[in-house]
Amino acid sequence: MVEVTLIEASRRAALQEMRRDERVWVLGEDVARGGLWGQYKDFLGEFGEQRVVSTPISESTIMGAGLGSALVGQRPIIEMRIFDFVMCAMDELVNQIAKIRYMFGGQARPAVVVRMPHGMWRNSAAQHSQMLEAWFAHLPGVIVVTPATPADTAGLLVQAIRSDDPVLFFDPKDLFWVNGEISEPIEPIPFGVARKVSEGDAATVVTWSAAVPVATKAAEQLAAEGIKVDLFDLRTIWPWDEAAVTASAKRTGRLLVVHEAVEVAGFGAEVVARVVDQVGPSNLKAAKRLAAPRIPVPFAPPLEAQVRLSPEKVMDAVKRLIAI
Amino acid sequence: MLLCLVDVCGVFKHVRPSWRKPRASPGDTMSDPGDNLRRLTDLYRTMARIRAFEETALEAHTAGEIPGPLHVSIGQEAVAAGICLNLRRDDRLTSNHRGHGHAIAKGADPKRMMLELYGRDGGYCRGKGGSMHIADFSVGMLGANGVVAGGIPIAVGAAQGLKMQGSDAIVTCMFGDGAVNRGPFLEGLNWAVLFKLPVLFVCEDNGVAAFTRAESVTAGPGVADRAKALGVKAITIDGNNVMQVDDAAQIAVAAVRRGEGPHLLHVRTYRITGHTSTDAAAWRPKEEVDEARARDPIARLGAVLAERGVGPNELGKMIEDAKAEMADARRGANAAAWPAPAVAFEDVQDTGAVLWSKSH
Repeated sequence: MVEVTLIEASRRAALQEMRRDERVWVLGEDVARGGLWGQYKDFLGEFGEQRVVSTPISESTIMGAGLGSALVGQRPIIEMRIFDFVMCAMDELVNQIAKIRYMFGGQARPAVVVRMPHGMWRNSAAQHSQMLEAWFAHLPGVIVVTPATPADTAGLLVQAIRSDDPVLFFDPKDLFWVNGEISEPIEPIPFGVARKVSEGDAATVVTWSAAVPVATKAAEQLAAEGIKVDLFDLRTIWPWDEAAVTASAKRTGRLLVVHEAVEVAGFGAEVVARVVDQVGPSNLKAAKRLAAPRIPVPFAPPLEAQVRLSPEKVMDAVKRLIAI
Repeated sequence: MLLCLVDVCGVFKHVRPSWRKPRASPGDTMSDPGDNLRRLTDLYRTMARIRAFEETALEAHTAGEIPGPLHVSIGQEAVAAGICLNLRRDDRLTSNHRGHGHAIAKGADPKRMMLELYGRDGGYCRGKGGSMHIADFSVGMLGANGVVAGGIPIAVGAAQGLKMQGSDAIVTCMFGDGAVNRGPFLEGLNWAVLFKLPVLFVCEDNGVAAFTRAESVTAGPGVADRAKALGVKAITIDGNNVMQVDDAAQIAVAAVRRGEGPHLLHVRTYRITGHTSTDAAAWRPKEEVDEARARDPIARLGAVLAERGVGPNELGKMIEDAKAEMADARRGANAAAWPAPAVAFEDVQDTGAVLWSKSH
């Protein structure tokens, strides 16, 4: 085991897989100089300019060329720099990558990993802070990965690179400098298996990505007050660990989903709907969401705070949930 | 009528002089007249098969046998035939929504194509793609595409992958005049030059983007000049003269395969039929369509072949054989079973797939 930052964990995962499989290559803006956060640091020297390709700011072609290379047997890591820029490549992602295996009756295997650093970080306003992972859970044909720890980032990125399915990998920007232990070598973590962060009977709390450390802190403080909750980090929202969450909610009778993204039509709605459906409404005392209001992410710190989660907000939501 | 061959870039002199003044036809090369006659005959047969496939499909559509619209390329067959005759099986091809001809010319099986148009079991896409999404990876046909310019980024990426693998296979990227006004055209050409990729871009210019004349929505002197501005070697040719298409493609494919970077052929042709199978294209003057019919690429090559001693019976037999082949494909498709409902749930993804059940 070794302790590294989350972004370094992702670097080591990609490094390991590029050493293991020469079909893996990475393309995106500035990747040859190490990537925006050093997630590809020293790759150019080791793998050369054919496998570590700094591209023009041409998102459609970054995405589409990654796909094209996969159609002849390569395994691209498509780096989008920041999630928000994927809007410039939505045809290539939604109409091509997500559909091509299906439309062609199984002839194509678009084994691509699309890395999209997402979420709020330091006051970056509405076009560099979005969390729209729910859009992609809605999209048949893709895997949606939303890790929150160095170990999960590393293990899930290894799994993603080895996957024959297209994987949308939402790197959590706000957690890049969080430390944690990772194994050496990095073992893949299967998709669709939640990580249980804490245990308790008072409520079931479900979260992912940058909301995880916030909810974790809240759970710790609640535990100190004698309120113990089952806290799940979903890690991937498609597929998601419906079985684990459902079993827990059946036991606790109370469900809270916490996410950074806008509440309206967020993935929390899907979690609540499925759990209600599986457990039965009469077996649930309460099912709630805690998420962002339906406003764009603003710039100024006090405005941005309107959108941000906090341990206090989560604690308050849990207390209100168990009071029902 | 535009029958010119314009080296708009003036760069082809660096490639081969014949770009500036190509042979009237491959048949003019006297060294191996037998081979060249065979080549012309192959082109004729391919065009006849494409025409027969699409006419048969249109009839079947009118008869209510084929669900959904068809985008046919009647009148444009010389482009597919002339380009693809110069490609190897392991060369890849990306196509657009009007891609039946490209698929047939690249070697796809019309029987399986027809099954797919009908949405039947045994079709190339198991009934999940239809006319607009024919693909046959076994012959390098990486798929038609329902989005204008959608194939361009895919083509450059496939070329990049092949280059990484050290292959000498190339990628041909077919798109229409409408695609040159979409961003991926700029991005893809720029990219292909930067990374010196083995891509042959083919702008199949039928003069009309869906229902709108291309010239009314396209600024500047045209696609070849746009390509030239990015450093792509480009040439404009008459796409209703299959010999000219073949000749230009032969030179361009060889240059691309030698590693000389992307080339672009701007191939002018005419869409005799409407945008889709339900569009009569009545907004066009009859004279314009008649004039295009007079330049029909199949009839024109037929006249050349007749001059070279191919008898009317032999030409007629190629047409009749093509019609019989496609009639047979139609019969086969009509008789084929629908895919089982569970097929709708297959080929989505390995992990996280939703399984079929009767409750759906």
